[in-house]
Amino acid sequence: MLADPPAALLRLDAVSVDFGGLHALRDVSFAVEPGEIVGLIGPNGAGKTTVFNVICGFVKPTRGRVAFPSSGHHNLRPSQLASAGVARTLQGVGLFPHCSVLENVMAGGHNRPGGTFADALVATPRGVRSERQLRDDALALLERLGVADQAARFPSAIPYGVAKKVSLARALMGDPQLLLLDEPASGLDEAELEQFAAEITSLRAQMGILLVEHDMEFVMPLVDRLVVLNFGEVIATGPPAEVRHHAEVVAAYLGVDQ
Amino acid sequence: MDAFWTSRVMSDILGGLTNGVIYALVALSLVLIWRSTRILNFAQGAMAMLAAYVGFAVLAPSTNYWVSMAVAIVAGVVLGGLTERTVVRTLYGKPEINPVVAMVGFLLVLESVAAAIWSTTSRSLPTPFSIIDWQLAGRPVAMSPFALYEVITAIVVMVVVAVVFQFTSLGLQLRAAALNPEVSRLLGVRVTRMLTLGWMLASGVGAVTAVLVASNYFTGLTPTTMDGVFAFGFIAAAVGGLDSPVGALVAGVLLGVAFQFVGDYVNSNAIILVALGLLIVSLMVRPSGLFTRRTERRV
Repeated sequence: MLADPPAALLRLDAVSVDFGGLHALRDVSFAVEPGEIVGLIGPNGAGKTTVFNVICGFVKPTRGRVAFPSSGHHNLRPSQLASAGVARTLQGVGLFPHCSVLENVMAGGHNRPGGTFADALVATPRGVRSERQLRDDALALLERLGVADQAARFPSAIPYGVAKKVSLARALMGDPQLLLLDEPASGLDEAELEQFAAEITSLRAQMGILLVEHDMEFVMPLVDRLVVLNFGEVIATGPPAEVRHHAEVVAAYLGVDQ
Repeated sequence: MDAFWTSRVMSDILGGLTNGVIYALVALSLVLIWRSTRILNFAQGAMAMLAAYVGFAVLAPSTNYWVSMAVAIVAGVVLGGLTERTVVRTLYGKPEINPVVAMVGFLLVLESVAAAIWSTTSRSLPTPFSIIDWQLAGRPVAMSPFALYEVITAIVVMVVVAVVFQFTSLGLQLRAAALNPEVSRLLGVRVTRMLTLGWMLASGVGAVTAVLVASNYFTGLTPTTMDGVFAFGFIAAAVGGLDSPVGALVAGVLLGVAFQFVGDYVNSNAIILVALGLLIVSLMVRPSGLFTRRTERRV
């Protein structure tokens, strides 16, 4: 199944996480390849968020390893993700209040090469140039997501659907190779969902994407592969068409839903 | 017109303004640190005092004023960074009382160290401009070249801080790190470094303040020079809102003017009473400060 393991963007090798006596994750293994969209699904409490947190370094694996083979890292701390080419959006959007939409997006681009710290501090020509570049890139991303007209507004004054796009733009500012999306569909209406799905699909040329999602109608046509979690264990992986008919999955998850 | 500028009311306003910008600067330092690290820096005045000593006592007395000022600022910035890395870093995430006790303790240590090295004898600092009030039609205006220099310097410092925070990517990172450290880390903002920088910036502002205070006041530079000023600056920050730089500045200036009127029309001993009264009332009526930005903001 792992076509070319060394080139994978992300590989979980038998990752287990225990919280006290509770096994939050048990021997979870899967990979995300470049250009691939992988959906992580499962009933509430199955461990989806824990998987994200363990990838991001918020939670340390009790056993096993979170590897980023394409960049040669493993078990990164949250502060090391951006420079390793990993970006994550948050469930609650997590925009900075009191900072404009444009500033929020610009805040995502600080790990890029360009003006050094000292350049920024004393505003050397190089620093000023890289700062203008940062602003232009942020605007271009907002443009691409169709929300450039909101650039000067504040997070408290924009609709949720727009905030989701801003948060995606912010994540994309770091030019990630691996994009982690935490419930990208939640809170979006029908039209926004369609647009968002198209946007995510268009990103696959540049990066691999792992998304956690509840909305099956959104996930099924979007992803190349599903990883199904239940009680902290992977019970099935494969293309949506296969997984849909997997007996254990139907029983554990889809059966409950339908 | 001349009579207007030399009138009692105008004298109080001008005199109050000169004091007020100093309170505003102290309040600004406190707000910068509070916003980035949620710590009330009770040692702010003492750190500034020490920086002023380094600028004016370590160098030869004949050293150019501006060189000494520059050295004091550098000393303040360095001291701010060192303090964050050593003393303050151990306090993050601790119960609220810990930073209070630690910073008050640090204040006492700094004042004692300064007294041990430079003694408690007052040292007068050179002033680059005359401290004699201008005259209009034979009567003094409550503003001297030095006082004007003080006001202008304070405004320059405030503008520089505002520009750094609002219009540079460094300022954006400083704000992001303060608003949401966890998300900032995910985005690759070096949060720890930003916290140190916030302290360096605030402490640099403090150094400028201490130099202005020590060269203007009758007291000169002593280890406790900043105590009184710090108390008023602290009240300004609390009244204006610890989260609001603009509030701190406005409150600082208003307090300076108000105290001048109280001192002139009532009694100079009443100033501290009024100051504490204002603090209590503002904490009861608007504990978050008069100018704290509402979370809803539309553009």
